[in-house]
Amino acid sequence: MRDMNSWLALPDNSALSVLVVLIVAMIVLYAARVPMHGLFRASGHALGGPMRLGARWLAGVAEAMKLRNRAVLLGQGRRETGQRVEREFERIGILVTRDLQGYPTLQRRILEEITRVEEDFRKCGEVPPPPPDWVEAVAAVAEIKTGGGEVVQKILVEIRDSIERIHDKAIAEYRRAYQTRHGILEGFMPYWRSLDTTMKQVDTKMAHLQESAATVDAQMEKYKKIVAKTSEAETTLTNSSYTQFTISIIVLWIALGGAFINFKLIALPMSEMVGAGDYLTASLRTSEVAALVIILLEASMGLFLLESLRITHLFPRIANLNDRTRRRMIWISLALLVTLAGIEAALALMRDMLIADKQALLQSLASAPAAASGDGWISRIPTAGQMILGFMLPFALAFVAIPLESFIHSARTVCGVLAVDFVYTLGFVLRVLGNLVRLASRVLLHFYDLLIVLPLMAEQLVKSLRGREQRVKARPLDATNTRA
Amino acid sequence: MFNRAFLAAMLTAGLTVAAAGCVDSRSQANAVYVLVDTSGTYANEAGKAQLIINYLLGTLQPGDSLAVARVKSRSFSEKDIVAKATFDSRPTQANAQKRVFRDQVGSFLQTVQGSAYTDITGGMIQGAEFLNETGAGKKTILIFSDMQEELDKVTVRNFPISLKNIRVIAVNVTKLNTDNIDPRRYLGRLQAWQKRVESAGASEWKVINDLERLDAIFTKS
Repeated sequence: MRDMNSWLALPDNSALSVLVVLIVAMIVLYAARVPMHGLFRASGHALGGPMRLGARWLAGVAEAMKLRNRAVLLGQGRRETGQRVEREFERIGILVTRDLQGYPTLQRRILEEITRVEEDFRKCGEVPPPPPDWVEAVAAVAEIKTGGGEVVQKILVEIRDSIERIHDKAIAEYRRAYQTRHGILEGFMPYWRSLDTTMKQVDTKMAHLQESAATVDAQMEKYKKIVAKTSEAETTLTNSSYTQFTISIIVLWIALGGAFINFKLIALPMSEMVGAGDYLTASLRTSEVAALVIILLEASMGLFLLESLRITHLFPRIANLNDRTRRRMIWISLALLVTLAGIEAALALMRDMLIADKQALLQSLASAPAAASGDGWISRIPTAGQMILGFMLPFALAFVAIPLESFIHSARTVCGVLAVDFVYTLGFVLRVLGNLVRLASRVLLHFYDLLIVLPLMAEQLVKSLRGREQRVKARPLDATNTRA
Repeated sequence: MFNRAFLAAMLTAGLTVAAAGCVDSRSQANAVYVLVDTSGTYANEAGKAQLIINYLLGTLQPGDSLAVARVKSRSFSEKDIVAKATFDSRPTQANAQKRVFRDQVGSFLQTVQGSAYTDITGGMIQGAEFLNETGAGKKTILIFSDMQEELDKVTVRNFPISLKNIRVIAVNVTKLNTDNIDPRRYLGRLQAWQKRVESAGASEWKVINDLERLDAIFTKS
């Protein structure tokens, strides 16, 4: 209690003591006003300045990163689009070689068929002309007047009969000619059909060519935009990267699930090969690591296989190998992959055997009657399933190289964008903090003045009084001057 | 790009080397020494010992060690070890060893004869020797007894023993007739053993009387 009251100037009167202390404090604070103001201002500048400077620097860094990201993104996009265009051209080349290689033959065939059709058509056009002399003869005979003579009449009747006979003959001839024409026309049909089919084939091939050309056009348009470094191309590529990133992560997760199943299949039987009693760490068995290594080797072999097939391009050195070496590499990696798959199938079988052995031991230890032995084909289904799974999973895992490549390429863009955003945010936070520190120093200045408000008011009063005195002293002099 | 490929290759190679060339670390292995009391007061309980040993055979992993020894008038002798094995690291071989072990212990328990005295301390010293020799990381002495030590006049066991880093578990500690009259005798006996075992440097002392809860053998309290 004594200690608590030790600061009291007048121990008997606390209120007075507090007042005295306040007055003393106020005087001291008033005396220290100028240096304290300087301290607050200097502190505000010392803390806020570097923060604002840091914010400005971070903004610069973010801009530089953004530019670098943009360059990388556009470069990547240009490379990919270039490859795509190249592939489309290759495809068109194959299409042209395959389909249009036989075009001269096709054209000759079409021309031949057209010539034949034309000839036949010309033949169809040759109609036997009517006998024009007869018409005149008939007209002349028709003008002969019989005059009632029997002889003339008889002659006319004979002429008519003759004409009719000739007419019938001409008609028959005419019909025969038409029949021949119809026959020729009928012979047209196969040529027409063949012509039609050939033309359709040509049409289809041309349509394919047109489609490929349109794809090339679209890719070329995209390529042009990328080369021109337009913001549209940048946005498209960034969005594409985000999509690729998400998809590849999903697929990689699925692959991870497959790898986990694979691991479960071979971890136990691996203990038969490398021993179950060895540990790498407190909880990590050597057999488990060995199983993991086998799975990683399978994934690596798959990666090399896909690289050699030029499906993925993670290793430019493999892609740049000559075709002979590359083919060798394909066969080697495929052989290793098949071998590993075979080993896995065997391990899956061994796993089943180990579990059965363990079960038998436990049953004998428990002195329980042995369960009915499943020698039927149904009991072999899980074993077969495990073996098939053990053989198939390595091949499925081999394809993980594709999403992995996609992930690696898209991660550069996505991480770059996120890093830029992070640096921007950091800069913004620093800027805000810098401003807050400066404002806080100003607030402290005003708060300090608030604490010593009474001495300040006294100072103001003194100053105003002095000012009035000076004005009063100066006024008579002014008045004298005015009068003068 | 090449650096990335190199790193991936190095990682794979490193893991392969680690998997192929790692040393056999015994630090994770279990070693269990089972002492089976064959004294007159406890001999008829020997049948239950088979249950415990079967549980251990089913639970211990390849690379672990197991020994079963009898407790008789003087138990500090290798001759009292009925069966012992360090299981092969290959599971199939380990299972075969376990079958042989089970048969050995089974034939012993069928022909077990009661002894006049009970030298638990001697058995524990022998067990500690065996366990230390195995080099296992987790060492356990399982005492299947009523924990009533009886020594003849010649046998000396009243000296400090060393059970450093060994867990001692008393299983199926049956109550004697005198314990039923005065339970403090039973509790005092257990307390005395706990004190002795802990002063010998044992890492744990535990009593398991419920044979349905044998999983507590390998779980730390």
